[in-house]
Amino acid sequence: MAGISWFKFSAPASFYPLAGRLIPWFAALAALLTVAGLYIGFLVAPTDYQQGESYRIIFIHVPAAWMAMFTYCVMAGWCAASLIWNTRLSAMMAQSLAPTGAMFAFVSLWTGAFWGRPTWGTYWVWDARLTSTLILFFLYLGYIALRAAIDDPRRADRASALLALVGVVNVPIIYFSVKWWNTLHQGATVSMTAAPKMAQTMLAAMLIMSFAAWFYTIAVALHRVRSIILEREAHADWVQELRNGRQG
Amino acid sequence: MMEWLKMGGHGFYIWWSYGVFALAIAIEVWLLSRRRAQAWQMVRQAAEEDNA
Repeated sequence: MAGISWFKFSAPASFYPLAGRLIPWFAALAALLTVAGLYIGFLVAPTDYQQGESYRIIFIHVPAAWMAMFTYCVMAGWCAASLIWNTRLSAMMAQSLAPTGAMFAFVSLWTGAFWGRPTWGTYWVWDARLTSTLILFFLYLGYIALRAAIDDPRRADRASALLALVGVVNVPIIYFSVKWWNTLHQGATVSMTAAPKMAQTMLAAMLIMSFAAWFYTIAVALHRVRSIILEREAHADWVQELRNGRQG
Repeated sequence: MMEWLKMGGHGFYIWWSYGVFALAIAIEVWLLSRRRAQAWQMVRQAAEEDNA
């Protein structure tokens, strides 16, 4: 560890092979944890005495919601780094996270609706939690659309970074919405400061699926950033050498 | 097996949730693969431009 200069990985040419070596590990972990989580969630965790079997949607709804928020924060962090240090790779990492974050935001909204119907009698209400999550989904789409609308990559980096940083205020609003407002959405069942309000097997499945979603996001983001690096560095000598190596 | 799939009458909500989730993952993985192929195409085009 002492002999490694980690800053060398801030260059796309150095990060590209590192990302390629890491992808299989994170993908394998994601797959294994998904199998384990779904096994516990469907075959070990008992039926809920209030919600019946419909509660099993939480094993994808809660991880998707957590990942949608967490990914946005990480994306905003990379955007801040790109603006502060003017680093291309930081902007590329933010760009690589946005589609997956948007996917998880959509999944959390969809699964939440299908959980809400049997639980609350409705697919949708305009309460604080649901509305702010919908805004998060739109922020992701806005970030992606803004990038696509600007031809110059560096200008696109700066404009989309500003949008992402302004939108990050929405994440704590989503998280605290169930405390600040009188919402239909239930309060937190998992807390850092109190005992969880759910059975251990249910909690175990939910946490395992959360880690699976996290490792999936890392694997996908690393795969996508490699494509982004190739696109943006296509004329670079090291990319052409890579291409020649693939052909040989 | 059929009773398990019915999920106590909530099967419609559960399987539509997991089904759309699986579809979203499948679409994302397919788009990743497509983007990778397009990126290498851009690299080939860059080589042709540089050699021209």
